[in-house]
Amino acid sequence: MLTVLVRRVARLLVVLVGVSLVTFAILQASGDPVALMMPEAPESDRAVLRQAMGFNDPLPVQFARFVGNIARGDFGQSFFHREPALPLVLARLPTTVLLTLLAMAVSLAIALPIGIVSAIRRNSVFDHTATLVVFLGTSMPVFWTGIMLILLFAVQLRVLPVSGWETWAALVLPAATLATFSTPLLLRIVRSSMLEVINLDYVRTARAKGVSEWFVICRHALTNAALPLVTVAGLQFGLLLGGAVITETVFAVPGVGRLIVGAIRQLDFPIVQAGVFLLALIVVLVNFTVDMLYIYLNPQIRVR
Amino acid sequence: MAIGTLAPPLDVPAGPARLAERSRIWRKFVRNPAAIAGALVLLAVLGAAIFAPYVAPHEPTRQSLIRRFTPPVWAEGGKATYLLGTDQVGRDILSRMIHGARVSLIVGIFAVLVSLLVGVTLGLLSGFLQGRVDTVIMTVVDVTLSFPQLLLALAFVAALGPSLLTIIIVLGLTGWERYTRVVRAEVLALREKDFVEAARAIGASPARTLLRHLLPNTFSSIIVMSTLQVAQAILQEAALSFLGVGTGSAYPTWGHMIALGRDFVSVAWWFPTFPGLAILLTVLAINLVGDRLRDALDPRVT
Repeated sequence: MLTVLVRRVARLLVVLVGVSLVTFAILQASGDPVALMMPEAPESDRAVLRQAMGFNDPLPVQFARFVGNIARGDFGQSFFHREPALPLVLARLPTTVLLTLLAMAVSLAIALPIGIVSAIRRNSVFDHTATLVVFLGTSMPVFWTGIMLILLFAVQLRVLPVSGWETWAALVLPAATLATFSTPLLLRIVRSSMLEVINLDYVRTARAKGVSEWFVICRHALTNAALPLVTVAGLQFGLLLGGAVITETVFAVPGVGRLIVGAIRQLDFPIVQAGVFLLALIVVLVNFTVDMLYIYLNPQIRVR
Repeated sequence: MAIGTLAPPLDVPAGPARLAERSRIWRKFVRNPAAIAGALVLLAVLGAAIFAPYVAPHEPTRQSLIRRFTPPVWAEGGKATYLLGTDQVGRDILSRMIHGARVSLIVGIFAVLVSLLVGVTLGLLSGFLQGRVDTVIMTVVDVTLSFPQLLLALAFVAALGPSLLTIIIVLGLTGWERYTRVVRAEVLALREKDFVEAARAIGASPARTLLRHLLPNTFSSIIVMSTLQVAQAILQEAALSFLGVGTGSAYPTWGHMIALGRDFVSVAWWFPTFPGLAILLTVLAINLVGDRLRDALDPRVT
């Protein structure tokens, strides 16, 4: 158990170094960062700044310094706001987390029961309808779904605000939009995880000895389907955050995603780097936690 | 060559048997009405993209301020010459959608080709060589999986400067890890099979074993994955265009049309609606075809 833990943590650190390398590469890909920082300055001033900020050092040296800075939470000054990038991003994080959690909660409430019934009544009309809805949902561009919801509820029916984040009513459309994106993904995972366990011997045995169907599903099938479900859901988390970035842009939700998209338009790379790194870090930590849970809950690994 | 054909891979029968296999796949495919509908929609989109200048009723960039916000033909005030209405500067929406199909399909297909090349190569190497190479490649996969793909693509397209080529390469280089994981898993399972052992025993070189015996056996998963990945790439391109880091040219794209239409959603509902329907229908069609291909190519599913 301990060796597994040590190995996972070592892997986590290696992946984080890789994530920093990719984040580092974003600024390098932009060409000359100094030109973006002082667009009107003469070349001689730029050369001074370039030297002072270490942009003339060899790339490995620059990368080592970048990793050191990240470890201290320093992503540099925003080109546009002229203040440290990380606090700007962190201030928007709770909004994005709230939006994501709301959408996740709605998705779970819809996907769990429908996915389970779909798996139990495989190939029924209900199952086929659910599958069709999954296909439709995964084929819709998130931003368009958002605009269509605005058209229906804000423009035609006038019951909900078009954008913003100040009132509870304003949360409804963004959360619903993100949920239409995440529900089909989750529904598909619930259904296939359930299908995998539903015909296994121990479930059949439970049925054979006369346990009620409801108890068989909840106690025997669902608990065993939960592990693969959580793993795949963890892997899909990055997709959900990508959806959140777009949703925030459509509804002008003041979260990390909108900040990053705005920063990208202004070529404000410290903010882009801080935001991209932070969201990747969240994905890595979510998957690490899922991994640890898996090890803890899986007796085959735990015993060793 | 003769030696290679002595040991055909398990799942691919030779000669008449192979023909029978093909017709079985075909029959399985055509039995499904949803897949047929998908294929037809796809053909229509493909035709629209190829013959865009000939089938589009108007020039996609021709503006006409008197005709701005003409509603679609069935709505009040609609004109038969502008079937799906016009936008804020009087350009014909249908014509722009037809031209937009070009960008979507080009990006979808070529981005997937880039992913395919990178992902399959790394997957083959990872599964075949194992050891340290495998560890390194799988670490790179883990790193790639840590980023929301859209966010990474957004940052790099903006940094490199938006253009059609940038989008293709960035989407290709951020979307390959699925191929690597699947191909690696298949190679790991296949390399212990008898026909691979036999190929090695009669003196086939590692490269030959890899390319002639292992690679062909991963084709069916690669085909299915590629179909579904094209759908994903089209959605990603639309999202990039919507967020303002598109192809960087005035040529219409579906995502950009929706971005423009959003600002006028209260005066011209048709403006953002129809380009989105085009994306939805195209992606749905590809997904339906891909899903059916998976069932048809998998001998275990009947």
